[in-house]
Amino acid sequence: MSGEAEMVIRAQSLVKRFPGVTAVKDASFTVQRAELFGFVGPDGAGKTTMMRMLAAVMKPDEGEIRVEGVDAVARPEDIRRRLSYMPQRFGLYEDLTVDENVRFYADVFEVPRKLREERSARLLAASGMQDFRDRLAGQLSGGMKQKLGLACALIHAPNIVLLDEPTTGVDPVSRRDFWRILHGLRAQGVTIVISTAYLDEAERCTRLALLYRGEIRHCETPDALRRKLPGQMIVVACDAPQLAPAVRTLSGVPGVLGVRAVGDAARAMVDDQTLRIPEIERALIAAGLSHAKVERVPTMVEDVFLALLQGEAQQG
Amino acid sequence: MNAASQPAVVAENLVKRFGDFTAVDDVSFSIAAGEVMGFLGPNGAGKSTIMRIFCGLLRPDAGRALVAGIDLGRDPEAVRSRIGYMSQKFSLYADLTAAENLRFFADIYRVPPSEVAARMRRAIETAGLEEHAQALVSTLATGWKQRLALGCAILHRPEILFLDEPTAGVDPLARRRFWDLIHATAAEGVAVLVSTHYMDEAEYCNRIALIDRGRVVALGTPRELRRDPRIGAVLVVECVDLTGAMAALQGAPGVHDVAVFGQALHVTVVDEMRAPGRLAALLREQGLQCSRIEAAEPTLEDSFVQLVGRGPVQERPRP
Amino acid sequence: MNANRVIAIARKEFLQVWRDPRSLAIALLMPLMQMFLLGYGVSLDLRNIPLCVFDQEGSRHSEALLQHFRASRYFEITQPVHTYAALRHAIDAGKCRLAIVVPYRFSQDLSVLGRSSVQAIADATDSNTATLAVGYAQAVLNAFTSDVEVRWAGPQRDTLRPQPLAVESRVWFNEELESRDFIIPGLVAMIMALVGALLTSLTLSREWERGTMELLISTPVTGTELMVGKLLPYFAIGLLDAAVCVLLAVFWFDVPFRGQPATLFVTTFLFLTVVLGIGYAISASIRSQVGASQVALMLTMLPTAMLSGFTFPIDQMPRIIQGITYVVYGRYYVSILKAIFLKGSGLGDLVLPIGCLLAYALVIAAIASRQFRKSVE
Repeated sequence: MSGEAEMVIRAQSLVKRFPGVTAVKDASFTVQRAELFGFVGPDGAGKTTMMRMLAAVMKPDEGEIRVEGVDAVARPEDIRRRLSYMPQRFGLYEDLTVDENVRFYADVFEVPRKLREERSARLLAASGMQDFRDRLAGQLSGGMKQKLGLACALIHAPNIVLLDEPTTGVDPVSRRDFWRILHGLRAQGVTIVISTAYLDEAERCTRLALLYRGEIRHCETPDALRRKLPGQMIVVACDAPQLAPAVRTLSGVPGVLGVRAVGDAARAMVDDQTLRIPEIERALIAAGLSHAKVERVPTMVEDVFLALLQGEAQQG
Repeated sequence: MNAASQPAVVAENLVKRFGDFTAVDDVSFSIAAGEVMGFLGPNGAGKSTIMRIFCGLLRPDAGRALVAGIDLGRDPEAVRSRIGYMSQKFSLYADLTAAENLRFFADIYRVPPSEVAARMRRAIETAGLEEHAQALVSTLATGWKQRLALGCAILHRPEILFLDEPTAGVDPLARRRFWDLIHATAAEGVAVLVSTHYMDEAEYCNRIALIDRGRVVALGTPRELRRDPRIGAVLVVECVDLTGAMAALQGAPGVHDVAVFGQALHVTVVDEMRAPGRLAALLREQGLQCSRIEAAEPTLEDSFVQLVGRGPVQERPRP
Repeated sequence: MNANRVIAIARKEFLQVWRDPRSLAIALLMPLMQMFLLGYGVSLDLRNIPLCVFDQEGSRHSEALLQHFRASRYFEITQPVHTYAALRHAIDAGKCRLAIVVPYRFSQDLSVLGRSSVQAIADATDSNTATLAVGYAQAVLNAFTSDVEVRWAGPQRDTLRPQPLAVESRVWFNEELESRDFIIPGLVAMIMALVGALLTSLTLSREWERGTMELLISTPVTGTELMVGKLLPYFAIGLLDAAVCVLLAVFWFDVPFRGQPATLFVTTFLFLTVVLGIGYAISASIRSQVGASQVALMLTMLPTAMLSGFTFPIDQMPRIIQGITYVVYGRYYVSILKAIFLKGSGLGDLVLPIGCLLAYALVIAAIASRQFRKSVE
């Protein structure tokens, strides 16, 4: 990594209110150059509102946003030149072809003629869309639409890209393609801010802000976030009929801080894996669940999110 | 309550065609009472078609579809009273109260009048809506709406419950609570069939049928799917020079996929590369130093991506 | 302002209109349809008014008078009646709209007194028709009288010449009082107002509804570039429509065109600026397509149809309404069109209405650009 990290986006004490609800409450964060920064949270957490304020299509009620040093509220037009925004809803023209859409945005961003053709070909090829140039955008599948949106966002080679839930509803294969493109961008020094409701996508970001009900609850790297878990994760795999008894048994073992059932296992947070695993095994056998197997597993962002929210719910 | 031996839902070599297009191509599975089965697959894979067959809305062209022993090819009407259906977005009336919604569905499903009050009460309790029973549904938060919708769907004590992407985008706490409710419902003997293309929903199912282009590509518990022998092993690789490592690995024989996860690479290896030490050797040859190379468990998404695959069919133009 | 961006926006807008069957229908079919339907359907003239006749004299001269009525295309004689009671009954029963009574001393009065009168009894339940009918009857009588004058003047040069009673009227520019000739220019104005505003009123609202505007406003595109770029294709369509309507008017409906095409072009261009500007302003204010089109109809078609002088003459309206029409932009264009078509006026003659249109255009442009905000809220 070369040089000192440069602060590309700085937001302080952002507040945005709508009738009946405060969508964003006192949010502050920074984004460094070439980071892949993620806003993670469920629907209604405030992700889209946050992205809209960053893209200068919505003004915050309070607070300040600076993009590359420029005040986004005072000089929105200056911001719009520096970044690309991909809104949550497909923002391209369904009655124009892939090519016509790309060309339109190339014109809007004043991409020089000479560069346009080469870049357009490269971007479309990277998304596997070179054979679809004459197809109307409305006839593309969901995954392809998002990739087209990304191509249009990148046609003017911006330094900063804002993506609002770009992979929602997209099939997993296209999702992977999408992330591959994003990582390629990062390698070229592009700063990416992305919002997602998928907690597993959170693992792919370089830094995360967990958004819940308009507040940034935690803002760190995925590793640091995992370390915030007040425990370690174990999994007890068993058949469906044994799930409920397994959960009950686990809850009764000291040192087990939380249990939840998934489809074919119970995931539990314990204070010390080495210590508790033998105890758990004994308890399971005693409960007649001898077929259940206990394993250590790495912590997932979802585990952290749940534990932290649960903790806050209990405090608040 | 069904005898434990008789599966609640059975599909035997089901086929359904629309003109030239075969939406369901020789699909077989069975779901026991009390089991939560997930249908995971991309859009257009055939999940909705299968659901509709089992709701009695479509007749199969070949094969058999049985619900609670009733052959849907012969008598689709008979199942209506025995199934419940819940879809995330469209189940409730926003301008009626929670209690009114319950009342409405009780009437629609012809719950015996003597039972209505008791069942409504129970639905409100399990959903945790005691204080909000008289509130308009449009004022309720998503989590509550979902639990209420579920309550409405099971008022008539169906034997089989169909769920259509019930928890997409919902906050993890509400989602967990909802699935606890589903598991509790299943524990009472209901067979639950979930249709989704979200991995995190599929994880909550006891068993998953991975469906692609009308066929069942894999069938098993989430773990079994993750450990399907057809899937490559996943190695987590941490290197100082991530970009260099990625370039070196991508396209190398035996390397199926390389993806960046934060500060590490997740590398999917197959065939000869599975052998321990092979990857490390490859990286050393390229002069790349890596601090950590560890086996990781493949995710459900890995299974999905590798078993379902890609291809022109996913880019089928929409009419 | 960046020309490339403006052209890109214009190109995109054009492609979208071209590929949308509904927009195309409004742009191309509707004007044609309106011209034909209203051009033929709207005529303020009356023909074949049912007439019944009570000839009390039954002489050669009364017969000659009645012959004039028979020959007139305005009237159709339904039945002769022979008593007032029968006449009354005929009117009550709706069998005739007008009745003519020739008095029993008709010829005698004419030759001795030099004048006579003919009674016209009109069914005035529809007062407009009644007035017109009486007017036509007067015209027929005038024709008869001049005829009589010629004949009678012959052998007896010194006798008193019969004095026709009534109105001397002379009609300039539209000798046959063909109402179509002055309606159709007004119709052109109405079509342009309707089509122009309807098309553009959807342009911004549609993008908001589809979600494409959110992306567009996050780019460096300025409000002015967007407005100019979006309106360019509609200008082209508007001018095309105007040309088609004018050609139809002149070559199909035989409306005389006595002015210069260049004058027509300049004034139409100006009018389009106003109309398109209004549509754009509506679209900028109302982000739903349904709402926008409703408001567009209200603000364009209704005032232009009612208050521009297209159907109802302005100077017949109550004072207050006349005052209101000064704000109806259609008024200026209608009077300009009529002047160009029927009087052959040039730019110099039309300074006043052109000036008003220009002022209007500037105000609308200012409003339209202020209404549009680059914000999601």
